[in-house]
Amino acid sequence: MKFFPLIWATLWRKKTRTIFTLLSIVVAFLLFGVLETIDYAFAHPSSGVTGADKLITTNKYSITLLLPYSDAAEIHAVPGVAEVTWITWFGAYYQESKNFVFALPIDTDSYFNVHKDEFIVPENQMRAFRGTRTGALVNSALLKKHGWKVGDKVPLHSTIWTQKADGSLDWTFDIVGTFDARDPTQASAQAQTVLFHYEMFDEGRSFGKGEVGWFEERVTDPSKAADIAARIDALFANSPNETKTQPANDFALSFIKQFGDIGFVLRAILGAVFFALLFLTGNTMMQSVRERTPELAVLKTLGFGDGQVLELVLAESLLLCALAAVIGLALSYATLPVIKTALQGIELSPSALLPGLGVAVALALVVGLPPALRAMRLNIVDALADKH
Amino acid sequence: MSEAIVSMRNVVKRYERGKQTVEVLNGLSLDIPKGDFVALMGPSGSGKTTLLNLIGGLDTPNSGEITVAGQRLDRLGSGALARWRSNHVGFVFQFYNLMPMLNAERNVELPLLLTHLSGSKRKANALAALTLVGIADRAKHKPAELSGGQAQRVAIARALVADPTLLICDEPTGDLDRKSADEVLHLLQILNRDHGKSIVMVTHDPKAAEFARRQLHMDKGALLEAGTLA
Repeated sequence: MKFFPLIWATLWRKKTRTIFTLLSIVVAFLLFGVLETIDYAFAHPSSGVTGADKLITTNKYSITLLLPYSDAAEIHAVPGVAEVTWITWFGAYYQESKNFVFALPIDTDSYFNVHKDEFIVPENQMRAFRGTRTGALVNSALLKKHGWKVGDKVPLHSTIWTQKADGSLDWTFDIVGTFDARDPTQASAQAQTVLFHYEMFDEGRSFGKGEVGWFEERVTDPSKAADIAARIDALFANSPNETKTQPANDFALSFIKQFGDIGFVLRAILGAVFFALLFLTGNTMMQSVRERTPELAVLKTLGFGDGQVLELVLAESLLLCALAAVIGLALSYATLPVIKTALQGIELSPSALLPGLGVAVALALVVGLPPALRAMRLNIVDALADKH
Repeated sequence: MSEAIVSMRNVVKRYERGKQTVEVLNGLSLDIPKGDFVALMGPSGSGKTTLLNLIGGLDTPNSGEITVAGQRLDRLGSGALARWRSNHVGFVFQFYNLMPMLNAERNVELPLLLTHLSGSKRKANALAALTLVGIADRAKHKPAELSGGQAQRVAIARALVADPTLLICDEPTGDLDRKSADEVLHLLQILNRDHGKSIVMVTHDPKAAEFARRQLHMDKGALLEAGTLA
């Protein structure tokens, strides 16, 4: 600690240069924090389907390929399957494409049996939903976000499904009620969801009739879920519609992977940023040490050993990188609510920021070591001669 | 003044300059008694600074023996030499060589960072050294805020603060006006006479050399003559 004032003062020897270097590292770590948080969120997704007793069955080759609705009865007949329901990806937005809506056509009875006690829906609104063919249950957060009210007619634009009647992609729903996730950890995953009737959807669409996107199953004994999944898939083996049954969270991962390897893309961006930062910061540190050659030589004349001089330069590098990393990561932490709003339905975790501190130490060592070694090897007589 | 603070026997120092070998000191022998104040004079390239660097443990000879403050320096490695310097020698340079980002007090405190003294004790000792050289009132000023004479006084305080047995001064007045130079030289004289510090000073200035007890003249890597002043 007694060397801290010396290290701190040395760090700020050229204030403008230190501030710009610090800012560039801060920006890199801000980006690191944001991208790592997003990567973590994609790597640990919530499917909106809770519990170890849930399985999801999709087409074996792609979740974009549909399955026949008739498979539901066969799946239901598998021992251990308590309930099965079916859903199709509607791909909707409200007014503009940035207003993504997680709209799902559901079979009301089987859906709420699979997701027993997972949603809070006022009883009168559930009755209204069952009794209204074009009715929709809207998550209360989404209702609030768009300023909708129960009783409103809301048009949703599907990016996939045209209507049989007029070829339109716009579907109009009557908001008859709201719902909320009973488990607070699922609130974010459900925040963009609109539920509407599968029957109306199936009859109204111009293609794909009798087909579904995926099946969701509730099993009686979660410890046998893997065995039940294998039995379901065995049912459809060698058929034109082979299936892949997996736990709900694995399904969420598969869903995300259809957009590409997001983790790889994010890491590639970070890699490029830190590669550039290595040169920038490394060059700055080297220049700073070169300018201080006579001062470092004087420290050696005073009795500072080669190792101590090396430690001083490394400590300076560490202080710069750690300070910038803490500021950058703190800023990225502050942006979490903004990202959460932008990436609707994604759960963000601050724990994704912690590896940043390790990266800061590694960066400090990589950029600090060459100038520190140079300072350590400095010949006092030669260094002082430059000044004489 | 019979006990030698510096004793050199047959010291040879060569430098490689490209393919050429330059012999700067050729079998030099020298004794400087404890408590002496020696002015080392001579033309550029005569080997004064090389001799000073060897006495101060900043460089090592190619051959010969160098004993300073009872320690054979030619037998020490770089780590041991650094520790020896921190305990036994203080350096004063022509251009002061103060840390520009530290104030006078922090500059003087630097050698004490290598000791086990507490922060408060280090600060007290630094202020005492600044007081001794008559510049305690500028303790919180940075080098850029000091005149040349004041900066050199701070450098002398830094050289003194760890209570070394020997002061090595390389052209300490070379960057000062006459008045400031005389003040600094007078200060060195007081440190020698009243505080018993042994001083070896390189200078080109005959007037500066007059402040020393003895003048040694060098040319082409050898001592020419020695004279004792009153």
